[in-house]
Amino acid sequence: MKPHRRKTLGIILFITAGLSLAIGLSLYALSSNIDLFFTPTQIAAGEVQPGQRIRVGGMVKEGSIRHNEQQLQVNFITTDYAHEVDVQYNGILPDLFREGQGIVAEGSVTPEGQFVASRVLAKHDENYMSVEVKAAMDAAERQRVMEQSQAQMQEGFQ
Amino acid sequence: MIPELGNFSLILAFCLSILLSVIPMAGAARDNLLWMKLARPLTAGIFVFLSISLLILGYSFVTDDFSVAFVANHSNTALPIQYKVTAVWGGHEGSFLFWTWMLSAWMLAVTVFSKAMPDDFVARVLAIMGMICVGYTLFMLATSNPFDRVLPLPPADGADLNAALQDFAFIIHPPSLYMGYVGFSVVFAFAIAALISGRLDSAWARWCRPWANAAWAILTLGLSLGSWWAYYELGWGGWWAWDPVENPPLITWLLGAAMIHSLAATEKRGVFKSWTVLLAIMAFASSLLGTFITRSGLLTSVHAFATDPTRGVYILGFLGLIIGGSLLLYAIRAPALKSEFGFGAWSREVFLLANNMILVVASAAILLGTLYPMVYQAMSGGDLISVGPPYFNTIFVPLMGILAVLMAIGPISRWKKTSATYLRQQLTRLAIAALVLGVAIPVLLTLEVPLATIGTAVLALWVIFAMTRDLWTKSGNKASRLAGLKGLSLSYWGMQLAHFGFVMTMAGACLTSIYSIERSVLLQPGQSAELGNYTFVFNGTVPVQGPNYIADEATVRVIRGDTHMLDLYPQKQLYTASGTPATKMGIDGRFFRDLFVSLGDPRANGAWTMTLYVKPFVRWIWIGTLFIALGGILAVTDKRYRRYKVRRGEAVSVNPESDSVASAAPVTRAGVTS
Repeated sequence: MKPHRRKTLGIILFITAGLSLAIGLSLYALSSNIDLFFTPTQIAAGEVQPGQRIRVGGMVKEGSIRHNEQQLQVNFITTDYAHEVDVQYNGILPDLFREGQGIVAEGSVTPEGQFVASRVLAKHDENYMSVEVKAAMDAAERQRVMEQSQAQMQEGFQ
Repeated sequence: MIPELGNFSLILAFCLSILLSVIPMAGAARDNLLWMKLARPLTAGIFVFLSISLLILGYSFVTDDFSVAFVANHSNTALPIQYKVTAVWGGHEGSFLFWTWMLSAWMLAVTVFSKAMPDDFVARVLAIMGMICVGYTLFMLATSNPFDRVLPLPPADGADLNAALQDFAFIIHPPSLYMGYVGFSVVFAFAIAALISGRLDSAWARWCRPWANAAWAILTLGLSLGSWWAYYELGWGGWWAWDPVENPPLITWLLGAAMIHSLAATEKRGVFKSWTVLLAIMAFASSLLGTFITRSGLLTSVHAFATDPTRGVYILGFLGLIIGGSLLLYAIRAPALKSEFGFGAWSREVFLLANNMILVVASAAILLGTLYPMVYQAMSGGDLISVGPPYFNTIFVPLMGILAVLMAIGPISRWKKTSATYLRQQLTRLAIAALVLGVAIPVLLTLEVPLATIGTAVLALWVIFAMTRDLWTKSGNKASRLAGLKGLSLSYWGMQLAHFGFVMTMAGACLTSIYSIERSVLLQPGQSAELGNYTFVFNGTVPVQGPNYIADEATVRVIRGDTHMLDLYPQKQLYTASGTPATKMGIDGRFFRDLFVSLGDPRANGAWTMTLYVKPFVRWIWIGTLFIALGGILAVTDKRYRRYKVRRGEAVSVNPESDSVASAAPVTRAGVTS
C-alpha cells in the first residue's frame, strides 16, 4: 500500500471509530432520557408504573383549579373528556394556564393515583393546541364513538 | 388597492426570479456574456420589487388596514407604532416575506461585492440564489400570501400581536437571526457554483470566506439575542431550553463553525475541498430544515408558527429537491475535486479536522434528539415521546469540553507538519499552570472541592493561556511588541477574539448552571423570603396602565445583609385586545450575577406567588457570544479579501501574507478578469 493511501485509510478509520462511538453514546443517552406521553385514559387504565417519569396531556377541567391559600401548591384536574387525572403542582403556572385550556404536565404518578407534576406547559398561542393534547383528545373521541356504536349495536340486538 | 400593489410586486419578483435562475445559468454554460451580465440587473429588480412588497405590508400595518388578513390577525389600533412596524415579522406570512426580502438583500450584496470575480461564476451564484428565491416566492404566493384580504367585511379592529412578542428584543432578534440564516444560502450558492464550474481552488475559498464568516457571525448574534430574550421574557429563567425550534439554528451554527474552519484549510492549503462543499450544503439544508420545523407544526414548540400541513408538505418538497439535487451534483462532481497537499499526523490540518468532527457530531446528535420524537411516532404507530434537556446536555457538554482542549492547541500548531516536541515545549508549562490555578482558585474561593467548577476553570484557563502564549510568540519577531501586535492580521485577531468569546460563553454557561438558585414562594404583602445571601421583601402590588395592556406591578425589595440594595418591579400584564396574560420579569443584571423575580398569580388578601432567582455569571453567556460575533466580523474586514481589487487598480506586487503563519498555498490570480 502506498504511504498516502495508508494515511487516507488511517484518517477514514479514525473518523469511523469516532463516529460510531459518538452514535453509540448518543443512542445510549437518548434511550435513558426520553419521556413517554400518556393520555388520562391510559393512566386510568393503569398503563403507567408509579414513579415513572412521564408526560400527560389534556384539558384543564372547568372549575377544578384549587389553590392552597397558605402554600404555593395548586391542584387541578386534567381530562380528555373520557377520564380524569388529578394533578398536584408546586410551582408557578404558566401565563396561558387556564380552565378549558390544553396543557402538558411532566411528572410521575403516585401509588395513590395522583399525578405530581414537576413542570406544567401551556402553549403561547391560544389557538394552537399541542400535538400531544390533540392526540389525547382524538384518542378519547375515538373511544367514545366506539363505545357509542357498541352500545347502539347492543340495543339493536335486544 | 394598495395591498394589491404589494401582491403584484411579489408576483413580479417571482417572475424575475425565474428569469434569474434560467438566463445567467444558461449564459454561463454557453459562454454568452450578455446573458451572464443579466444576472446583476435581474437581482436588483428582485430586490426592488420585494422591497416594495415589504414596504407596502409595513404601510398596511401602520395605517391599520384590517382588510388585509395578516394585519387583522397580528395588529391592533392600540398597538404601539414600533410594534406595528415590526409585526410584519410577527406571524408566518409576513415573516416569510421578510425572510425572502433578506435573501434578495444578500443577493444584492453579492452583486456589489463580486467585482473581482469572473462573470460566469457570479452568474452561476446569482442564478442558484434565484432558484432559491423562486422557491420562496412561490411558497408565499401558493400557500401563505401576506396580502390575502378579508373582504367584503373587514373586522373593525385587529386581534393584536401576540403579547410575548411585544418587546424590544422582538425588534432585533428576528432580523438578525433571519439575516444570518439566509446568509448561508450565499455560501451554498458559492459551493454549488464551484461544483458546476469545477473551479474550487484557493481563490474560490478566498471569495467564499468573508460571506461564510459574515453569515455565521450574524447568526451568532441572532441566536444570542434569542437566548437573551427567552431568558428575560419567557420567565422560566432559562437561557436555552433545547426546544425543537431553538435547535435547528444551533445545528446551522455548529455546521457553519465547522465550515469556516474547513474553509481556512481549503484556502491556505488546498485541502478538505469536497468536505468544505459538503458542509456548505449541509449548513444550508439545516437552515431549510429549521424553516420546515418552525412552519409545519410537526413538532411541539413555543415557536410553532402554523399548523397548516400543506405548508409543511411544500417546504419538505422544496427541501428534498434542494438537498437531493445538490447531493446528486456533489456525487457526480466531488470526485474530481482533488485536494492538493498532504499533511502530517501532527499539523494544523489534523486539529482542524478534529474540530470539524466534533462540531459535526454535536450537530448530528442535536438533530437526532430533535427529530427523534417525530421518527418514534411514525415507527411506533403514534406513540408520543419527548426528548428532554438531559439528553442534549449529556452529549453536548463533553463534546464542547474536548473542543476547548483542542482550541488551545490548534492555533499554536503549524500547517503541514508540527513537531510533537515543539507542541510539548509550547504547551506543557501552560497545561500545568492551567491545572494548578484551575484547581486552586475554585477551592480557595469556595473552601470545598467543586469538581464541575474546577473542570470549567481548568479548561478556560488552558485556552486563555495558550491564546496569550500564541500572541506573545507571534508578536515577537518585530522591532517592538506593539509593532508585532499591530502586524498581526485582522483575521488572526478575529480568530482570537472569537475563541475568547467561546471560552467566556462556555464558562458562563457552566458556572450559571452550577450556581444558579431559585425558589418559588407564596408571599403576603410585607412578607419576605431568603435566597442565597439575599432577602426578597414583597411590598405589595399596584395596578398600572400600559398603552394596550393593564398590569399589576409588584415592588420587591432586595436586601443583602443589612443593606437595602435595590427594588425590582415585576409585572403581570393583561393585554386587553386579545385577553392574553403576560409576565414581565423584574431583573437586575450585573456582570457577575443577575437577580430575577417572576410573578405567578394572585391569591387571597393581596398575596402573590412568585419565583425568585439568583443567577451568577449568566451575562457571560451573551457577552461571550458578542465577542464571537465581533471576531467573525473582524475576520471579514481583513484586507486580504480586498486585495484583488487593489492589485487590479494599482498593479502592486504580491506581498507575502501579513499573517505570521506562512501560507504555502499559491496565490491564484487566474480568476481575475476585468
